[in-house]
Amino acid sequence: MLAQTGSGPFIRWDWIWSHLDDVWERTVEHVTLTALAVGIGLLISVALSLLALRFRPALGPITWVTGVLYTIPSLALFAFLVPITGLSTLTAEIGLVSYTLLILIRNIVAGLDGVPAEIKEAARGMGYTRARMLVEIELPIALPVIVAGVRIASVTTIGLVTVTALIGQGGYGFFILQGLRRFFNTEIFLGVALSVMLAVLVDLSLIGLERALTPWARRRAAA
Amino acid sequence: MIDFLGDVASFIVDNWWGSSGFLARTVEHVWLSAVATGLAAVVAMPPAMALGHVGRGTFLAVSVVNIGRAIPSFGIVAIALPISIELGLGLGFWPTFIALFALALPPIFTNTLTGVKEVDPALVEAAGGMGMTGAEILRKVELPIAMPVMLAGLRVSAVQVVATATLGALVGWGGLGRYVIDGFSTGDNVEVFAGGLGVALLAIATEFSFAVAERRLVARPLRVAARAV
Repeated sequence: MLAQTGSGPFIRWDWIWSHLDDVWERTVEHVTLTALAVGIGLLISVALSLLALRFRPALGPITWVTGVLYTIPSLALFAFLVPITGLSTLTAEIGLVSYTLLILIRNIVAGLDGVPAEIKEAARGMGYTRARMLVEIELPIALPVIVAGVRIASVTTIGLVTVTALIGQGGYGFFILQGLRRFFNTEIFLGVALSVMLAVLVDLSLIGLERALTPWARRRAAA
Repeated sequence: MIDFLGDVASFIVDNWWGSSGFLARTVEHVWLSAVATGLAAVVAMPPAMALGHVGRGTFLAVSVVNIGRAIPSFGIVAIALPISIELGLGLGFWPTFIALFALALPPIFTNTLTGVKEVDPALVEAAGGMGMTGAEILRKVELPIAMPVMLAGLRVSAVQVVATATLGALVGWGGLGRYVIDGFSTGDNVEVFAGGLGVALLAIATEFSFAVAERRLVARPLRVAARAV
């Protein structure tokens, strides 16, 4: 038992310095779990959003199902999956992907719905096919709203990944859980601080990506 | 699969009564969640109403919600443990309560502030022109109009609190999370599933109760599906 509570410094920096290789390993794990979840979530969400926009009656049921998934606490969802898929990465990813869907679909649909009708009319008049119009006209205009959804989904997922420590995954959550089990503050704070830092870093990167992808927005603001 | 669900059902039935039974754990879970959310509302709402009334605090509202989202709820529970120990409050109830209270604050604060602030200025001006004082405007005009958005904030907080109370079992508290966490450590999938089922139903019931509350508390013309900010 690492006797630390009550005596000694609250944070033991020497412990952190001597565990930098663990930090790196957990960083890779945390980023991989997050990237997979948001990436797969985005693919599913784009497909479901396009379906809902082509066939409106589908929007209600899609929102309802993803809403229920979003409401089920992550630990409960993992509890349902563990008997079937075990303490595995697959269990973690099914849960993490489920939570991205509501946020992403809501924003993709809102973004594409917000494209002014006269712009679509003009594109049709210029002979754009549906697919080309989607890629070249609608997606770029909807991009800021979609990126806003991706930002929320990413930051939420980074937080949720820590919970997957309970099913043997976890990235930085590993430190938090380990710290709780040993009453070792340094490890708890390290895990939480790294998770928050990753969330902020990813959020800022996505803002940067959005600016790079929509140069016209800046030009308009400057004009 | 049918056998497994049968085992889950008999686990719940066999463990229904008693001080650490399913019923007691459910009551405990609901009670602590309600107290934490309620106290967060009492603390967060007055300053948020005041800021919204004078039309300030937009940046604060956005920051609070962003920071709240970046800190993982598991992290809040974990950090509450050393804080509670430092304060001499020990394991179990207090770290769980501190974590849930902290977790409930941001959505309630931000939605109350935004809801009050976004009330049509023309209405506020008209109310002032009719001779209402600031407090009257807040009570009779701004709060009823902001009600759907405020309730959405409360709902988000409450559902999050019910979900996160599950993690209280990690810092020595009870609640329905006890079954999930204990089941994980002993590899008892039946116990894990039973606990998960309880927590999931509780979260959905919480969401549903707020939908009902909204129907009762919000004036008919204002009943649009309000979303958390």
